[in-house]
Amino acid sequence: MLPLDIAFYSMSAVMVVSALGVVLMRDLFRAALFLVLSFLVVAGIFVLLNAEFLAVAQVLIYAGAISILIIFAIMLTRNVHEGNPSNGFDHPARILATLVMVSIIFVAVTTDWNTWDSLGLNVLPGDPAEDLSYTEQGVRDVFGNTTPVIARLLLREFVLPFEVASVVLLAAVIGALALVREREEEA
Amino acid sequence: MSLENLLILSAIIFSIGLYGTLAKRNVIAVLMSIELMFNAVNIAAIAFARYAVPRGIAVDPVGAETEIARAYGEAMTLGDTVLNTLLTGQIFAIFIITVAAAEVALGLGIVIALYRNRETVDVTRANLMRG
Repeated sequence: MLPLDIAFYSMSAVMVVSALGVVLMRDLFRAALFLVLSFLVVAGIFVLLNAEFLAVAQVLIYAGAISILIIFAIMLTRNVHEGNPSNGFDHPARILATLVMVSIIFVAVTTDWNTWDSLGLNVLPGDPAEDLSYTEQGVRDVFGNTTPVIARLLLREFVLPFEVASVVLLAAVIGALALVREREEEA
Repeated sequence: MSLENLLILSAIIFSIGLYGTLAKRNVIAVLMSIELMFNAVNIAAIAFARYAVPRGIAVDPVGAETEIARAYGEAMTLGDTVLNTLLTGQIFAIFIITVAAAEVALGLGIVIALYRNRETVDVTRANLMRG
């Protein structure tokens, strides 16, 4: 097995175990720590997929900011004796989740995907190369240095969603402030 | 490591998150399960960006590149948009991360407000709007 495969399979195992820990842990705080672990493993999988910029963003935003927010909320609202019980939909939810998983896996396995590997193209920057075609060389250049390509895409083709995203974030910040503010008459 | 492996991993994580979202009683546990689902979708989007061949790059099924592909390749080296759109899946993941950050900020704001007013974080007891 290639080292890349070993890295992928071990990270997948850690990912599945920590995802199960998030939903099965009785202590909500430990579930949050498993969630942080799964965020970090996802960042590792992004690195394996030539998405270095996304891996950094994942660590900064998910493992940094979002997990801090979640742990803060757990600390502020913690009811130690209540734990993390499930509501009345435990069995239906299990059946539905299994059905969704089986159907997605079925589609993923039976579809004949058009991938670079299945078409016999040599596009990974690390692989030994000789006699590359134009396509292969171009794709190699993109995967070898993804950040400038992402920047071009964000500020050309996706410039409108990019600007809308900033409005969404502003609205979320103002909304969150308005929600948690103490009212003067109460204080 | 292939596209199928990554999609299977993504499906497993997504359904674990789906189970948690449907079956948990604590609002924060539900939010954490939703984050798991977001991450599964991100993995799938980036896997497609890494593996899937865009339509603009025309390649013969047997593996030999056609003349069209060669023409596209010439254009690409001149900075054509076909290559630039290769990473659209990663752009989608960036927007998903942005929306997830906004969603967590608002969701936890609602959780804090709910806890302050009703002393509970139980989704089954948050029934203020019941008719």
